[in-house]
Amino acid sequence: MHERQSFFTTKQGVFTILIVILAILPLLMSDFQTNLLGRFLAFAILAVGLDLLWGYTGVLSLGHGIFFGFGAYITAIYITIESSGGGLPDFMMWSGMTELPWLWQLLSNPVAALSLAILVPMFVATLLGFFTFRNRIKGVYFTILTQALVLTMVTLIISQQQYTGGSDGLTNLQTIFGFSLSSPQTQLVLYFLTLIVLTVVFFSSLRLVNSRFGKVMVAIRDGENRLRFSGYNTAHFKTVVFTLSAGLAGLSGMLFVMQIGIVTPTMIDIIPSIEMALWVAIGGRGTLLGPVFGALLANTGSTYFSESFPEVWTYLMGLAFIIVIIYLPKGLMTIGDKLTKKRRGSHANQSAGKPTKL
Amino acid sequence: MEAILLQLFNGLSLGSILLLIALGLAITFGLMNVINMAHGELIMIGAYAAYVVQLLFLTYLPEGMFSWYFIFALPASFLLAAFFGWLLELSVIRHLYGRPLDSLLATFGAGLILQQLARTIFGAPNVGVQSPTFLAGTIEIFTLSIPASRLFILLLVAACVGFMFYYFYKTKSGMRIRAVMQNRKMASSLGINTRRVDSTTFAIGAGFAGVAGTVLTLIGPIGPTLGTAYIVDAFMVVVVGGVGMLIGTVASALGIGMFNTIFEYVTNASMGRVLVFILIILVLQWRPNGLFHLRTRSLD
Repeated sequence: MHERQSFFTTKQGVFTILIVILAILPLLMSDFQTNLLGRFLAFAILAVGLDLLWGYTGVLSLGHGIFFGFGAYITAIYITIESSGGGLPDFMMWSGMTELPWLWQLLSNPVAALSLAILVPMFVATLLGFFTFRNRIKGVYFTILTQALVLTMVTLIISQQQYTGGSDGLTNLQTIFGFSLSSPQTQLVLYFLTLIVLTVVFFSSLRLVNSRFGKVMVAIRDGENRLRFSGYNTAHFKTVVFTLSAGLAGLSGMLFVMQIGIVTPTMIDIIPSIEMALWVAIGGRGTLLGPVFGALLANTGSTYFSESFPEVWTYLMGLAFIIVIIYLPKGLMTIGDKLTKKRRGSHANQSAGKPTKL
Repeated sequence: MEAILLQLFNGLSLGSILLLIALGLAITFGLMNVINMAHGELIMIGAYAAYVVQLLFLTYLPEGMFSWYFIFALPASFLLAAFFGWLLELSVIRHLYGRPLDSLLATFGAGLILQQLARTIFGAPNVGVQSPTFLAGTIEIFTLSIPASRLFILLLVAACVGFMFYYFYKTKSGMRIRAVMQNRKMASSLGINTRRVDSTTFAIGAGFAGVAGTVLTLIGPIGPTLGTAYIVDAFMVVVVGGVGMLIGTVASALGIGMFNTIFEYVTNASMGRVLVFILIILVLQWRPNGLFHLRTRSLD
């Protein structure tokens, strides 16, 4: 950090201001709006994780929907068991089941369920990462494989009607730890919980990218071969970042499902997975702060427009993709950069971990 | 025995459809290193072109002529999809050479717009296209009765692949395309207009997507999201086959189609998918660059 730079123009500063605003907002908003914003905050956690992978390490995963989905589904299964008070959930009875399957019984333990919601996505990511990165399958090839992973897993989830509720998903989510999910108080607690988690994730990620490990990540993005020839095993680094990022997606899914109270396969399919990449792209890759704004703005816009003008919204989103990718490769953060540059004159060398090449 | 033969034929049939879809992708991906996610929407455009031609025949021509619509639908869908592809190259992809991941996202956006366009024009529900009568029945081969449409698709795909091989390996412009694929800078310095090669090739690839769309009308109803169901599979075909090698695409499409059918027959549809995915990952352990690939000494 530049010494003369004021705190409020650094990433930490801007993020702190954002968090303060977000902490005050529930006072001014209806319960419904607070709940909605809470979900977007959960998305922001995922966006930060995706930025670590894509923005800093240069590996694009279009499979984050499924990691998010694992987190959401596992949490939802736990909540369903709790909500049905030890009995069988409705959809299982309709499928002719007589007792809880063993996997579900395992997930009826809150500690197991909440930790698996993060560990399962990490495990899947490690597996896929290990088998692809070690063969130097990279770039678009890896991205296509992650898409295939989503397609495969979503097909599997839909087909296992008796365990997952099929294409209807899990809908009967009522109570968590004895608190009603529909009560505004519970939702407010979850809102602040999500906000705290986002803050912790953001500052830890910032530390990570400014550390030695973070330098290696950026080096992988900018010149993987050079790094390999210098003796680094880039495959290990990429697997670790991919795993970490998948874990954050699982965490995000967990917090999301508690706030929305439903999970369906359409929420985690190919298209939502690509939209997640759009949040990061809109905000600005490789900035950490940008993706947080990207996730909040894109989802606010999406909610507003898709309710008011559903047809126009699809056109707008398509155009947003094209324009941001072609003309604003660094996303909205470009605009922020320009503003601070103007104010600080020639002090253009900003925060350390900022990439120059995307 | 007959059941097995029928499964083999089904595998071949699925493989041929995948191949037809992946042909266009293989070219654009191999040539320009561009991921065109809107390829699925080009397929959709081809399918709707066939639908419109069919409607025109139903409305304006006597009933006896109806079956001939298909003969017109094929070139119509090729031309329309090629036109859209050319437009896409000009407006979006041109800016994204050398940035494959970005091209993936931008063309996904373009795909969303095309989908919504179809929804605005034709409505969101699926529409059915009536197959021509000469493709409606079944054909007896030895003891197997095979749907005529499936057999027709197989022959059509074989013809398309034959044409591609001829075009790529026997004509001047095919040679130029291969030259640009192998070494863009060298080709350019030898006087090849690489921009023109790019846009022509992209349009041809898009045209084949259109043909694939017409073929899909024979299989089931079509809708604005027709393409999304096939696009990921088609990309897998290209990845497994090896980029820039037609023969690789052919081998991998038929292989994936075959294994998909076998796995589905032995287990069920969704487990079949999972097994195919695992198989693909395993194949890539053995051949990380795909089944066939150009041998080069470059790093990436």
